[in-house]
Amino acid sequence: MQRILDLFFSPHAFRDVLPDVWLGFQTNIHMMVIAEILVLIFALGIAVVRGLPGRAAIPLRALAIFYVDFFRGTPLIIVALVIGVGVPSADAGWISSQSAPTYGIASIAIIYSAYVAEVYRAGIESIHASQRMAARSLGLSYGQTMRYVVLPQAIRRVIPPLLNDFIGLQKDTAIVYIIGIGEAVLAAQNYSTAYTNFTGYTVAAVFFVILTIPLARFTDSLIRQRELRERAAA
Amino acid sequence: MSGESFVQVENVSKSFGDNKVLSNVSLQVAAHDVVCLIGASGSGKSTLLRCINLLEKVDAGTIIVDGQNLTTDKLDVNKLRQQIGIVFQAYNLFPHMTVLQNVTLSPRKTLGLSKKQAEARAYELLDRIGLREKAEEFPDRLSGGQQQRVAIVRALAMDPKLMLLDEITSALDPQLVNEVLQLVRGLSEVGMTMIIATHEMNFAREVASKICFLDAGVILEEGPPSQIFGDPQEPRTRAFLSSVLAAGRM
Repeated sequence: MQRILDLFFSPHAFRDVLPDVWLGFQTNIHMMVIAEILVLIFALGIAVVRGLPGRAAIPLRALAIFYVDFFRGTPLIIVALVIGVGVPSADAGWISSQSAPTYGIASIAIIYSAYVAEVYRAGIESIHASQRMAARSLGLSYGQTMRYVVLPQAIRRVIPPLLNDFIGLQKDTAIVYIIGIGEAVLAAQNYSTAYTNFTGYTVAAVFFVILTIPLARFTDSLIRQRELRERAAA
Repeated sequence: MSGESFVQVENVSKSFGDNKVLSNVSLQVAAHDVVCLIGASGSGKSTLLRCINLLEKVDAGTIIVDGQNLTTDKLDVNKLRQQIGIVFQAYNLFPHMTVLQNVTLSPRKTLGLSKKQAEARAYELLDRIGLREKAEEFPDRLSGGQQQRVAIVRALAMDPKLMLLDEITSALDPQLVNEVLQLVRGLSEVGMTMIIATHEMNFAREVASKICFLDAGVILEEGPPSQIFGDPQEPRTRAFLSSVLAAGRM
């Protein structure tokens, strides 16, 4: 028992490793914030393209469907390795000379955009057809109807599931340590390799949990507020 | 007669899959006239209105409004819909917008009115129906009757030359019906051309210059209200009217 406590919860190791893990965790925060912003924008674009009407939009729709199918099915770790190790080795100029966190952000954004696009799509499809009909009957174009009537309602509706995906995204910033990003997990690993002590992982885990809990509670409260509102309206 | 009609519907047919909703429907509406469509649910009233607004595409036949053929491919449907207002049974207000935003959205975005111009016009219309103080409210804070009046005003804000009303009182509590009908009455008095699908027979008799009885996608009988309600020729019309009477709706 004492051995386990020493390995995972050593006060001495805690003091030693805390600054390094904290420094690394700042990189996690940096990656998650930028990735989330990118995902919000890019996923909305995919969802809108996927819903475009008419025969002329078939190639675009097909592209959006392919994107979602492909990247929802691909493990993040593969995308991270391809982008974080493969792209820099390709000697392709500007695109091959970015920093490791940038490749990490790109990998996360690519994968999560596929998930979040589906969340947006569910929201768009949940808006009753009579809303589009009312908007079109007033002479608004398809684009104006999306912009002013459908998307504002759809986005409001999907905020809770979207935040849920963001909780997943935040944790997955740990996965990209595989391409040598100096984030929290790498710091913990370095310490564990050097001192055969795993307290750094415990510290990193606590950081992630601390960051996730407020978001989870916030999501819960949004859902509760909505239920109350809908019960009042019914 | 057909040459001077404001709305000319000629031999219009429309199916949804195997379900033929309209077959060879023809209808003439003179400018400033009010035509009421009556008939059972599923007789094709709503579909006919939606075809005139191009919310549904007709399978065959032509529709001409104010000399403009709506059934050609070259038509700018958005432009056309800006001139033809439609109000629905379920109001269909935009729930994320205030009353004022509901009313000003399309005038601003499609007619190019400034926010100030659009709001001035909206307030003028809201004043007329006594809902000015609700301008900043969201639709779910309004009664059904108020919501439907806002929906009518939203359509009127586009300054349409034709109004289509699709069973606009059917979803309302009985005590709220009259405030909506009063508004429609006012529109007919100022000469708005309207086609109204309705189950309110007394109202139809009062405001309509012509009644059309639809049955299974066909206009079975049409004529002035005195004739349709007083001396219907078709057995189906008689059966429909007597069932309405028995239900206490007339």
